[in-house]
Formats: sequence, C-alpha cells, structure tokens
Amino acid sequence: MSNILTPKERMAIERVVMAELPADERSRNFEEVNLGLSADQALDEARRCLQCKNRACVAGCPVGVSIPEFIDALAGDDLPRAVQILRGDNALPAVCGRVCPQETQCEALCVRGIKGEAVAIGFLERYVADWAMHHPDRLLRDQAPEPTGKSVAVVGCGPAGLTAAGELARQGHAVTIFEALHDTGGVLRYGIPEFRLPKAIIDQEVAILSDLGVTIECNVIIGKTLTIKELRDEFDAIFIANGAGLPTMLGIAGENLKGVYAANEFLTRVNLMEAGRHEDSSTPIIKRREVAVIGGGNTAMDCVRTARRLGAERAMIVYRRSETEMPARVEEIKHAKEEGVEFVMLTAPTAILGTEDGWVAALRCQRMELGPPDDSGRRRPQPLAGSDFDLPAGVVINAVGTSANPLLTGSAPDLDLNKWGNIIINEQGETSIPGVFAGGDIVRGGATVILAMGDGKRAAAAIGEYLKTK
Amino acid sequence: MFEVLSNELLAENLHKMVVSAPRVARARKPGQFVMIRLAQGEERIPLTIGDADAEAGTITLFIQAIGASTRRIVDTKAGAFLRDVAGPLGKETHITNWGRVVCIGGGVGTAVLYPLVKALAQAGNQITTIIGGRSSQYIILADELAALSKTLLITTEDASLGSKGFVTGPLAEILADPMRVPQAVFAVGPVPMMKAVAELTRKQAIETIVSLNPIMIDGTGMCGGCRVQVGSETKFACVDGPEFDAHLVDFDGLSDRLTSYRKEEAVCRSAAECRIGGEVAK
Repeated sequence: MSNILTPKERMAIERVVMAELPADERSRNFEEVNLGLSADQALDEARRCLQCKNRACVAGCPVGVSIPEFIDALAGDDLPRAVQILRGDNALPAVCGRVCPQETQCEALCVRGIKGEAVAIGFLERYVADWAMHHPDRLLRDQAPEPTGKSVAVVGCGPAGLTAAGELARQGHAVTIFEALHDTGGVLRYGIPEFRLPKAIIDQEVAILSDLGVTIECNVIIGKTLTIKELRDEFDAIFIANGAGLPTMLGIAGENLKGVYAANEFLTRVNLMEAGRHEDSSTPIIKRREVAVIGGGNTAMDCVRTARRLGAERAMIVYRRSETEMPARVEEIKHAKEEGVEFVMLTAPTAILGTEDGWVAALRCQRMELGPPDDSGRRRPQPLAGSDFDLPAGVVINAVGTSANPLLTGSAPDLDLNKWGNIIINEQGETSIPGVFAGGDIVRGGATVILAMGDGKRAAAAIGEYLKTK
Repeated sequence: MFEVLSNELLAENLHKMVVSAPRVARARKPGQFVMIRLAQGEERIPLTIGDADAEAGTITLFIQAIGASTRRIVDTKAGAFLRDVAGPLGKETHITNWGRVVCIGGGVGTAVLYPLVKALAQAGNQITTIIGGRSSQYIILADELAALSKTLLITTEDASLGSKGFVTGPLAEILADPMRVPQAVFAVGPVPMMKAVAELTRKQAIETIVSLNPIMIDGTGMCGGCRVQVGSETKFACVDGPEFDAHLVDFDGLSDRLTSYRKEEAVCRSAAECRIGGEVAK
C-alpha cells in the first residue's frame, strides 16, 4: 500500500512537528512535555521515508532497529506488523522513542537529511510503541521460543539489563534480573524525569518482559546480598549491567554545605522517591529560589528543568565551555530555554559559599574563554584572570558525572577492571571471568540509554553463542 | 515482601523487630546495615543490622521512632510485612584481637554497638562496655552486653541507673589508668558523644572507630548524599563506611548536614500528628 507514492510525492511532504505542552504551563508540573503524534501525522511522516535500499539509518542505530521496514509497515497502515518488527529489534521502543538522541544517530544518517529534514524516526518509533501499549488485543503473537533449559542472571534492571533480558528470553533461556533498588528501570526510573519519560511507560515496557517470562527480583544487591560466585553456581551465564556509581566530586570548597546535591541524589529524590512531586511525599527535598546546576549534559538539563518545576525562579546551567560544546541533546537545551532556564556559559565554579549556619549562599565563579582544542576535540576552556564573580544560589547541583560503582566489583577480585574501576570486556562483551559478560555504564563510564541497550543486545547474542558451547 | 516476626517495645520510641530476610541474614557481617522501605511511597531508611540468625533466616533491627516514617515502621505488627529490605550494605567491621577494647554506646547507638561487641568478644578481646542514656528507660541490651563484656558500666544523665553523667566520664578514668588503657575504642551514638570520645582518645593516639549515620537515599553507592569528610578525603558512608577512624572524621560537618531536612521533617511530623489528632476526635 505504501508504495503507491512516488519518491517525488514523498519528498513533497514536510517533516512533522510534535505537539508540546506550552512552556509556561509545563514548567510548573511534571507532565510529559512531548505529546506524541496523531495517527494522521504518523502516517504522513512514515510516507516521507524513501525506503532506501542501503538503509543508512539502520547503521546509526546502536540496537540495529529495522527502521525502513517498520516505517513501511506503518505507512501501509499495518500497525500490528510495525510493532512486531520494532519489538523484534528493540526491547524498549517506547523508551527509545522518547530519550534516544536520534539527531546524532539514525536521523543523522537519513538520506532525506542531506537536503532538508530527516524523517522523524524517533517520533515514529514512539508512535508505534505507544500504539502497541494501547492495543494489546491487536498485536501479533510471536511463537514462544523453545525452552533451552539454560539460565542467565542479569545484574541490574536498567536499559542494558532489560534489553539483554528481553533478547535472552526470546532465545528461550530462563532469565532472572537482580535489581539493587526497590523498583525496576534503573536510570530510566531514578534518573530520567517524569516529564521526559513517564514512569507508566517504564512499567509497561517492563511488563512486556515479564510476559516473556523474565523474573525480576528487586532489593538484591549483587556483591552484597549475593556474590558473583554464588550466581555462577546457580546460573549458566551472567550479564553485569549494574550501572553508574558515586558522583564525581567537584573538589572545590563548600561541597558539603547544606543545599549541595549531586545530580544522582537530587534526581533520585524527585524521580524515584517522588520528593516534591506531590504534597504528602515522605522523602524531602530542599527547594530554593535560585538553583545553580553545574554541567552541560543531559543529566544537568534534567536537574535544572526539575528544579524549575520545584519552583525555582532562577534555574541556571553553569557550564565552563560554550553552548556549542554542550553534550546535552539539542531538544533538551531548547526545552530548558523555553521553560525559562538561564544558561550561564563559559563559567567555571571555584567555590561554593555558605551562610553562617552552613547553607549554600552563592556559587563563586570565574569566566572562561575557549583556547585550542583538547583531547576530546572540543576547545579547551581557560580562565580569564580577574573575572571572579558570585552567583547567588540556595541550591547547587553537581552534574559533572559519576564514577564506577564499587559494590559488585569490590566483591569479585578476579574481575579485571580498568584504572577507573570500570569492568574490562572483550569484543564479545565477555569479562575476565568465563561466562560472565558486562555492558552499560559499568563498562563505559557515563553514556547514554541507547548505548547501554546496544551493549545489552550484543551481549545477549554473545551469551547465546556461549551457552551453545555449554 | 519481608515478614515482621516480632516487634517488641524496649524503651520509649525504641523497638526491637525481628524480620524474615534469609539472604540478608546469610550474607550479613557485623557493622553492616539494610535499607528499609515500609510500603510504596515511603522513605528509604538505613538501619544497622543488630543481629542475625542465618539458619532461621532472620535479622534483628533496633528502630528508634524519630520521624513520621520511622514511626510508621515501628507500628508494623508481627505478621505484617515490610515491602523492601535491601542489604547487607556497608563494609563489615574490621575485627581482630586488639587485647583490651572499650566499646561505647549512647542511646539507640547501643543497638548498633551490640553486634560489634559480640564479634569482638568472639575474637578474644577483653571488653569494657560503657553504655549511656538520658535515664534508665533508655538503657538497652544491658544484660546481653554484660554477658559479652568483662566489665559493663552504665551512665545516665539523671542518675536513675549506674553512675550520673555521660559515657565520657568512665572512659576518661579508664584512659588515665595505665593498667586499663585500651588498644582500641569503638563508639556508636549521637554525633556529640562520638566527637567527645574521639577528643578523649586523640591525645593518647588510641585507635578509635565510630559508626556514622548520615542521611542516605539509595545506600548502594549511587547518590552521594551520605558523604562525610574524613581527613582530607570525601568518603561515602554507604560504601566506604559506615565505620571510620574517629580521629579523622569531621563531626561538625556531619552534624550540620544531618540538620538539612529539619524544617521539612517538622512539617511531616506535625502533619502526622494532625492526622492522629483527627482520628482521636472521631
């Protein structure tokens, strides 16, 4: 059906614009900002896809979603088939459709982007995944895989763990996920705010995995409650994806003042523990009129937009380079600006100043200028002499990054680590212990949801091969 | 879900709870703690594991009801459940045979001290235990600790039990007596008490270990909320602790950070009391 359009007709359709909650309204609540596409919008957008033979977009996807194929099914109005294709490649499509940086991945390689705008692949992915959640009765049933009799333990219920679990379950293995926190999703739940990724979406994606037969055990901290050795005795293979660890401290004076948060603490309080999101939440959070967030990544954007929603009148991003060097997604920066976030660029904190009774009062900063490029290829910021100034702030949030979590690795001495404490893996994703694989932030340091998912998918394939030899 | 097997009132607002948690009971070592969440929507609360029975699959928790959340936890009856119990977390206590050891517990800190005393006794140490509280009703585990110690000394501020004053009184006497001066001191209790102990033992450079109770959210080495200044380093109590060298801990900083949510907690508490008031009115 979809092939009734000529390429010229396809080229004539303009890229869809997704509706959003108005900025002044959404900056006071935690409702999802992006509202999704209507059926007509999705159909039109799908018809913009040229169905290129070389499938450039697929090469840009860390989990290798069959992009032209699912879009073709959608363009042909065959949503059940689109769902089947999408879910066959991606365990968390409703998540990816919301938080993946498509503009630097699949959409960056879209042929239509060469002259004009890329197909909105992310929007379409979200549309198909959301449709599936609302139409369970219309979905095509995949045949249940033949049980292999093999069992796999997955450590961590974040994006890497969930992806690997889904893939392994589809291979017919008995999969158990062990999660340290009291709820599922890992960083998807404690890190990414409700207004970017509603918790209900995570619940539904996780429910799909449970339907596949994946067992999830919360409150089990591998390395503490159970050891890797105990898991090896009980399971045929292990995938470690326990995520990021403790915050990297700034190393400046005043970091222990009251009102200084690491991003993980601030976000965990609000996202996982619901602090500040409704009146009777039992976990408290410090709210102040002026909030300074240090850092330029997506985590910094999540913090500053959350602070705004908690009532900050001046919610500020303090970043030592300029906006062009910011690692955050363009969409996050745009949304933050619309919501009234201030961007204090080329500014580095040198100290946090406190009141007499130990509360944060201001962030002492110095202006920076960009020098020649450093190892990362970005221009190195260097301080401008005599440019010190104080930025009034009642809360300071450190969003510069995290180090590797030591709980699991500390209890498994035969697991090889690099100098930062991250697990070393080979090309198959296998660690120094045979049958034990790893992926996500515990291997990469801080990275994205989709890269973690790519690791989970690759590791699941390698684990499948490994189990055949056992 | 983790079943509460018994819940006993030891002193005002202080409960002893035995909870079924077989994996934690099996893995746990002295000095470690668990994160507890009563139900959906409740806070995560760190609690030291007071004791454990690996065979029965149970852990013993001593819980002081100080805020709205802990009050709801201690209201849990035997046969009811805690939704989440995660652990054991933190490093285990470094136990060795020092020779003479003084163990000091203040208030509910005595419950945290108890598993340490037990392990130190098993390692062959000669233990003098000093426990203190505001008055006799806050003195807990005296019989259990007496059984493990060579000497048990009790102090109360109102002289209702033992000698009048603070735990630092008997400690100073012991430190001044060359025949009794210990090779190591363990202290668990309110921050001012631990600080006072550290000041006393510092002069003689006696190894002194304290167990800290900073604010924690996840307890699993992720959020950094439990950071404490130890010497020139920032340490995280949940993964590096909770026990640290008392002579290096910045007690004033710890004390100050513990007041971060005083205002919010007061609001919570008054809201809880209002609700209770409402029920009574009916």
